Amino acid sequence: MSTRLPTQGRLINRDRDVAFTFNGTRLTGHDGDTLASALLANGQTLMGRSFKYHRPRGVVASGSEEPNALVNLGEGDTLEPNQRATTTEIFHGLKATSQNHWPSLDYDIGAVNTLLARFLPAGFYYKMFIHPRPFWKYVYEPFIRKSAGLGKAPAAEARDPDRYEHFYAFTDVLVIGGGVAGLQAALSAAQSGAKVLLLEQTPHWGGRTPVDGGTIDGKDAETWIAETVAALDAMPNVTLRSRTVGAGVYDHGYVLGYERLTDHAPEDRGPRHRLWRIRAAQVITATGAIERPLSFAGNDIPGVMLAAAMRDYVVNYAINPGDRTVIVTNNDDAYRTAIALHEAGLKVPAILDARPNGGGALMEEAKALGLTVKTGAAIAKVKGHKAVHSVLVTQQDSDGSETTEIFCDAVAMSGGWSPVVHLWSHCGGKLTWDATQAAFRPDHDKAPTSHDGQPFVIPAGSADGEMNLSAILQNAAKAGQTAATRTGADKSSDAAPTAEAPDEAPLAPVWMMPANAPLKLRAKAWLDYQNDVKVSDVQLAAQEGFESVEHTKRYTTLGMATDQGKLSNINGLATLANALGEDIPQVGTTTFRPPYTPISMGAIAGEARGDIFQPIRKTPMHDWHDANGAHWEPVGHWRRPYAFPRKGESVKDAVNREVLATRNSLGLLDASTLGKIIVKGPDAGRFLDMLYTNMMSTLKPGNCRYGLMCTENGFLADDGVVARIDEDTFLCHTTTGGADRIHAHMEEWLQTEWWDWKVWTVNATEQFAQVAVVGPNARNLLEKLGGMDVSKDALGFMEWKDGDLAGVPARVYRISFSGELSYEIAVPANLGRAFWDKLLEAGKEWDITPYGTEALHIMRAEKGFIMIGDETDGTVIPQDLGLDWAISKKKDDYIGKRAQARSHMTDPDRWKLVGLETLDGSVLKDGAYAIAGGTNANGQTNTEGRVTSTYYSPTLQKGIAMGLVLNGPDRMGEVITFTDGGDDTKTARIVSPVFYDPDGEKQNV
Amino acid sequence: MSDVHLALGGASFDGLVKITELPGQGMVTLRGDLADKTIVQAVQHAFGVALPGVRETAFDGENGALWMSPDEALLLCPYAEAEDRVSALTGHLQGAHALAVNVSDARSVFELKGRMLREVIAKLAPVDMSPDAFGPGMVRRTRMAQVAAAFWMDDASTARVVCFRSVAGYMFDILSNAAEEASAVNYFVR
Repeated sequence: MSTRLPTQGRLINRDRDVAFTFNGTRLTGHDGDTLASALLANGQTLMGRSFKYHRPRGVVASGSEEPNALVNLGEGDTLEPNQRATTTEIFHGLKATSQNHWPSLDYDIGAVNTLLARFLPAGFYYKMFIHPRPFWKYVYEPFIRKSAGLGKAPAAEARDPDRYEHFYAFTDVLVIGGGVAGLQAALSAAQSGAKVLLLEQTPHWGGRTPVDGGTIDGKDAETWIAETVAALDAMPNVTLRSRTVGAGVYDHGYVLGYERLTDHAPEDRGPRHRLWRIRAAQVITATGAIERPLSFAGNDIPGVMLAAAMRDYVVNYAINPGDRTVIVTNNDDAYRTAIALHEAGLKVPAILDARPNGGGALMEEAKALGLTVKTGAAIAKVKGHKAVHSVLVTQQDSDGSETTEIFCDAVAMSGGWSPVVHLWSHCGGKLTWDATQAAFRPDHDKAPTSHDGQPFVIPAGSADGEMNLSAILQNAAKAGQTAATRTGADKSSDAAPTAEAPDEAPLAPVWMMPANAPLKLRAKAWLDYQNDVKVSDVQLAAQEGFESVEHTKRYTTLGMATDQGKLSNINGLATLANALGEDIPQVGTTTFRPPYTPISMGAIAGEARGDIFQPIRKTPMHDWHDANGAHWEPVGHWRRPYAFPRKGESVKDAVNREVLATRNSLGLLDASTLGKIIVKGPDAGRFLDMLYTNMMSTLKPGNCRYGLMCTENGFLADDGVVARIDEDTFLCHTTTGGADRIHAHMEEWLQTEWWDWKVWTVNATEQFAQVAVVGPNARNLLEKLGGMDVSKDALGFMEWKDGDLAGVPARVYRISFSGELSYEIAVPANLGRAFWDKLLEAGKEWDITPYGTEALHIMRAEKGFIMIGDETDGTVIPQDLGLDWAISKKKDDYIGKRAQARSHMTDPDRWKLVGLETLDGSVLKDGAYAIAGGTNANGQTNTEGRVTSTYYSPTLQKGIAMGLVLNGPDRMGEVITFTDGGDDTKTARIVSPVFYDPDGEKQNV
Repeated sequence: MSDVHLALGGASFDGLVKITELPGQGMVTLRGDLADKTIVQAVQHAFGVALPGVRETAFDGENGALWMSPDEALLLCPYAEAEDRVSALTGHLQGAHALAVNVSDARSVFELKGRMLREVIAKLAPVDMSPDAFGPGMVRRTRMAQVAAAFWMDDASTARVVCFRSVAGYMFDILSNAAEEASAVNYFVR
């Protein structure tokens, strides 16, 4: 059982206790502890259950690479699953629960899966559960869902109470990693004159050097680190950020940094996480190296740890990982752990060195301390279940059948070190296999390149494959200087400091321990702890033909868990290579993708939540609508009133009231959202002739014309009224949703195709508040306001005029989308609310009624006017809608003309627009299909049309609809059948789409 | 002009910076070849300023010109004078191919005041806000969070942010959110 040591613990403050709970049990740690070290200090070596077999798991690493010690943090609104105990700093009141067990961590019923292991081999999803089909839905999936998986998602009703934000930063040189290499690289770059940003994922600078030892510039490492951080902090061109992960490297020096501001101090105000969106001219990846596990049976039993991690727990957190620890290694570094344990007063019964001749200076040092070293030795098996009981020792070059038992309660393993090449690789950096170190390291000749084809990422220190302290510092200094020089910095930096650390003997690659382990052992030797992938699984995949590393990964799920295979990657590749009889570099690696470690969804969303989740566009009259009970409808980013229900009135009743009031007397519509694009220039007429299907160049100043716009493929894209302002100037109205899109469409044609035409455009949509004054009393109201002549003679239908109304400068368009006498009046936006109020006040005598978009829709449908988005859906051409009158026959060309001549577009069997009246006066369902006889080749019912708009018309007191029907205009009076939900149908008669005032007498008074 | 309603009625917020919705600002969009002599002179005559260089501003008291793109400038003047300025400018532009439009009511303007304004903006706009990259005399036409925006600095501790009138509420809210007291990044000011 693990305990707290009386000495050591450079990162903890024993004077400050911190109380927290784990699975409801109250525990105490110290300020500076991680959750993992605090749990170990409390003897809690069992921290979770594995994904598939629910095996007991303890912490195996000490940093962000940890696969096992994942917990649920917080509860309710702050619950977060899959948090690594090794990177969670404890704070007072922290609540953690272990994952993936039921009913309890100690007694987990799912552990029965481990007994069923032979039924859950690699690719079991694909193999076992395909047939019979219904079993998947009712048996297999629920079973797997319940028994597999890691943390629990927060409840659906949970709401994250924290704040998040983004921050855009620009720098010459970004250094990722604040170990000694990162510090040195930053220092060299900064001395060279570059602007430097240095990110470190942990709260501490210096990486693992203070634990590993060595001297720099004659000082102990910790002193050099403190001095260097102070020196950097004092430089005006350097920014240091701890608790900030360099999460991903993207094209052109774009890098995401993930800063955790209050995770360790939740009582602090301010944002919890900040996503740094960085542009760096050069990126230095000083991301260190990760120790590899060794693959022996039982290497996942709680108490088996990476050797360096165990050393971290002893030195940094004063943890006694066990009273008797067996060391097993293929390299010199693990001897440091043996020495550290010995110096902490703990017993090391044996150091098992798989190399026949053992190691170098560190081995001699261990021997001199009286420690037992067995060379050529290996672990055949770790015995124990929830804790280590003993190890069976054998020869590495054997099948593990002959063993001797050593009793111990902990095992420290080291399979060598893999440089963290993830960030180098994110944007295309290639790797080269270093056989001496049995590791992939960055291939400097194939660096990630930026927009100019030049390299923009430089690896430094152990991330570049350097494992000796002196070489690391030399390498880092060079990286810093090179990066700075590439950004144009021209000062020279100081020489790299000299360092002293013991020379190390080469490692021996060990991918299976012992080398000839039989299946029984291989099936208990874990590669990927988090996803429960064993040596035998990868071998089986290879045997079954999954030869590509990417296929093996997906088949076995190796490296696909939340740790992205940080520990398992190289061991898995080597196992696959051996199984295939190939060399490791030939097999290659899987793709390293960002983020390096998981980042919160909150950080990605940033400020976009709650009221500022999305911009909501508001017209100048928005507040009036809001105060007067508007039932809102989103139209693009706008909110428009759908209707204005009064107290006690239903929305439907309000709509009907608004329609009748407008038709009978006077209605008012906020039409400010309609697009208003000004088009000017000597070629403006010619330009609009190309944009619209009809002729605009013949329009006279002072007049308006309705026009249609199509895409290049002939489909109807937008419509609206064009007003000619003067000889050179037009104002084009677009639909509400079309304003930005049509403006962009215009600019695209002007900038890419007709760049020599003299035309300028400005989107003036928001300059104006626009109000439609509609109904038989519309003219009376404007005459009452006074200021300009709006009589039939002075302002005829489809004419416009500038003037003053009630003292407000106004442009008045006599256009109608309702069929009534109607004026659309544009006033400066800042005067819009005042103008609206004046209209309401003056219109009282005619019972003036503001109406919403639904009344607008009903009135236009009663008149048979089409609506973009209802009658059109991106597949409809104007000819389908009977709009041939709006398509000029005189013009040589317009956008969409040639497309509309294609054979399919001229097919007489295209569905065409008609009006529809149900025989019983009821309302058809929107989108309902007209049923034709029989079925098609797929067994589906044949159709001959569909409903595009359908309403109850309060004016006509019956259901009216428009629809596209096969040969519709030729079938007037015919009755056809429509779907009406489920198997129900409704019959309707084909009629003219103009239901109301077909001669246009009302609008033309 | 008591009938003039600002989008937010002159809202303000005090945090890392002080944010204030400014009263009406005269704004005229000019489309044209900014290197055309006739256009340069017309702007000089109507607004009393020279057209600025790429991503730059030119000011003379309440008059100003902001570079928006190679063929677009935003001209500033007192709110009440905008219509007359458009007429005057259009008169001077006779013979040149150009378009001038009064857009004063289409926009809202916010003032940011305080030494932390650089990082409040840097939380929202993908712009290098460090003093060696951006300062008085420059303008950026960009986005802030999800909406189009332009901003410039009047002096070391004053910036003006322009957005479309319809999203003034959103702009005010994201600026206020970014200026929350406890959220200092301390990147530009340590």
